[in-house]
Amino acid sequence: MSTVNVRVAAIEQVTPLVKHFTLVREDGQAFPPFSGGSHVVVAMDIGGRIHRNAYSLMGAPDDTQAYHISVRRQERSRGGSAYMHDNVAEGSVLQITMPVNLFQLIRMGRKHVLIAGGIGITPFMSQLHDLKRNGFEYELHYAFRSPEHGAFSAQLKSECGERAHFYIDSLGQQLDIPAVLSRQPLGTHVYVCGPAPMVNAVLEAARELGWPENHVHSEQFTAPPMGDAFKVQLAKSNMEVEVTADMTLLEALETAGVGPDSLCRGGACGRCELDVLELDGEIFHHDHYLSDAEKSSGKKILPCVSRARCTHMLLDI
Amino acid sequence: MGLAFKEETFRDDYTYRNSLDAIRRFPFPFPEDKYMYSVNIEPHVKGKPGSVLEFPLDIDEHYVSECRDKAITLARDPGRYASLPHMMDAQWDVLELIMESLSRDYPEQFKLTKDGNRWTWQNLPLGIENTFTFGDRSSLPMEPFEYVGRQIQGDWVILDQREGTLFADAGIVTSQADWSLAFDVGMSWHQWHAPVPRATEIGVMDRALKFMMNLQLGEPVRRLNWTMTLNPRLDTSPENYPLWGPDRNHITLDNAGDRVHLRVELQTLFRLPRSNGIVFSIRCYLISLNELATYPRWAKRFHRILKDLHPDLLEYKGLTKFHATAVEWLSRYDDGAPLDIGTHPE
Ligand code: FES
Repeated sequence: MSTVNVRVAAIEQVTPLVKHFTLVREDGQAFPPFSGGSHVVVAMDIGGRIHRNAYSLMGAPDDTQAYHISVRRQERSRGGSAYMHDNVAEGSVLQITMPVNLFQLIRMGRKHVLIAGGIGITPFMSQLHDLKRNGFEYELHYAFRSPEHGAFSAQLKSECGERAHFYIDSLGQQLDIPAVLSRQPLGTHVYVCGPAPMVNAVLEAARELGWPENHVHSEQFTAPPMGDAFKVQLAKSNMEVEVTADMTLLEALETAGVGPDSLCRGGACGRCELDVLELDGEIFHHDHYLSDAEKSSGKKILPCVSRARCTHMLLDI
Repeated sequence: MGLAFKEETFRDDYTYRNSLDAIRRFPFPFPEDKYMYSVNIEPHVKGKPGSVLEFPLDIDEHYVSECRDKAITLARDPGRYASLPHMMDAQWDVLELIMESLSRDYPEQFKLTKDGNRWTWQNLPLGIENTFTFGDRSSLPMEPFEYVGRQIQGDWVILDQREGTLFADAGIVTSQADWSLAFDVGMSWHQWHAPVPRATEIGVMDRALKFMMNLQLGEPVRRLNWTMTLNPRLDTSPENYPLWGPDRNHITLDNAGDRVHLRVELQTLFRLPRSNGIVFSIRCYLISLNELATYPRWAKRFHRILKDLHPDLLEYKGLTKFHATAVEWLSRYDDGAPLDIGTHPE
């Protein structure tokens, strides 16, 4: 996958936990325009080991001079978000991929309802530009913990006016998802990005209200959970790779120079899927991509988020 | 590159011919003596100077006449251009792709100047000039995709990605080969590709779909496909079958060299930036057997390909009726000596 070197042109502390980074190309060229909901993968060299995290692009899709991402400091970060917060300064150089969109607006939709929780607001920041440019009908529902944690809420209020609704937990304001969905006209699409309970609540409410499945869209990049170390054997490259506790299987394969392609690195796109040829233990599937049947078959694994407990796992790579 | 555009026709009196240069750069698709249907997709990277792969979009000596032929087909059947309303972002993406490529790679023929969103486009070979506002449909004489689609060789289809598949939601299709299904706007990937024999069963189409959905911005891909056409006719659409179908019954050893054409399609796929759609372009190159035999190596190779082609593929490509004649015609060039691997002419 092609990557470009970018320089951090500005950093803004948006909330106590969120920083907004403005990135420009090191070679001075323009970025391509992108579609709302796209993300880039940022590669960071942390102590000689390459970490890669996906972040949504938040700026205007036709701004080809700068890309914008926001990073929330994760409490139990494996280093990626902490590194972005503590080690990246204005002038730092990072490497990013070209934009990839796994959370795009369905342009055929008659109306679009965006539901965000916390840092889940970021993909909508760019989607809103697409919605406005196309003159689409939309509503935004944005829930966050307390007033100081409402990243970009003032900007959204002024840009979206009546169409933006805010729910601040500490003030006792609750987002009633079934109520929001039940008042939508036929042909509406709903998009949700936020913590797992919120995403699940939207999926469930939509199902109960009889929404067609292809009108319900969610983005949930799982931060890869850590676990115990394990070893895998590789059939094609004929080697053994150790996956340490603080490393994903994908990162271990990449470090060994045999990494499969990846896009989202969060268990959403399926690009990194590998066939498991032999297994004497158990796979812990953490992705949102494989079907339940595929997961229980033990024949496939998404190495960007999933791990195993085994003494022998032969992968077809 | 100096480009001399030819005056020629792709219908009625069929005056289409290739110059020696055009023959030399013909994208001959057979590196080996045996042909297998495969997806054979590769990155669409820059090829050798002068080749059809030198630039992302190839313009050649047939450009002006081919655009004229396209205009005739569109005038007779306006339905060959269609676009669903939600494709407007993608239409502008394609306009940008085409205008930027042509003005960068053929600066003597095409000029694009930008003043913010105010763009001026000059197409010197076709004598077209417009100043318009990028993103504003009303500033162009027609929809942006039709506007550029009429100024570029080949067929163009824009795919919208949703529901885990791709939908052909816009297209300008005036030179489809006879074996392709009539293009219907709104068709899904699998509906569109249903007729490829055996390919559906063996999952080729599913894999190709998966691959396409993962197509990356700035990393276009291509593949070559081929068939044969009688007379240098671009519009061999199923609906016009009566106009060209009967030609199949009149091929003899005497006229085959002139009338039987190898038709090679250079298919390219680009991810579109604003819409996240994909544009699929099918650029058609035609060469008569006489022209092909300018390079005996090619005639020899083509003889071997054609002689051993699986009957399913003969049927699918619509070659059955004149296959034996073409093979016999080509056999004169085949001494049976081994040929080295590769598509080079000499
Ligand atoms: S990279 Fe997307 S699922 Fe692993």
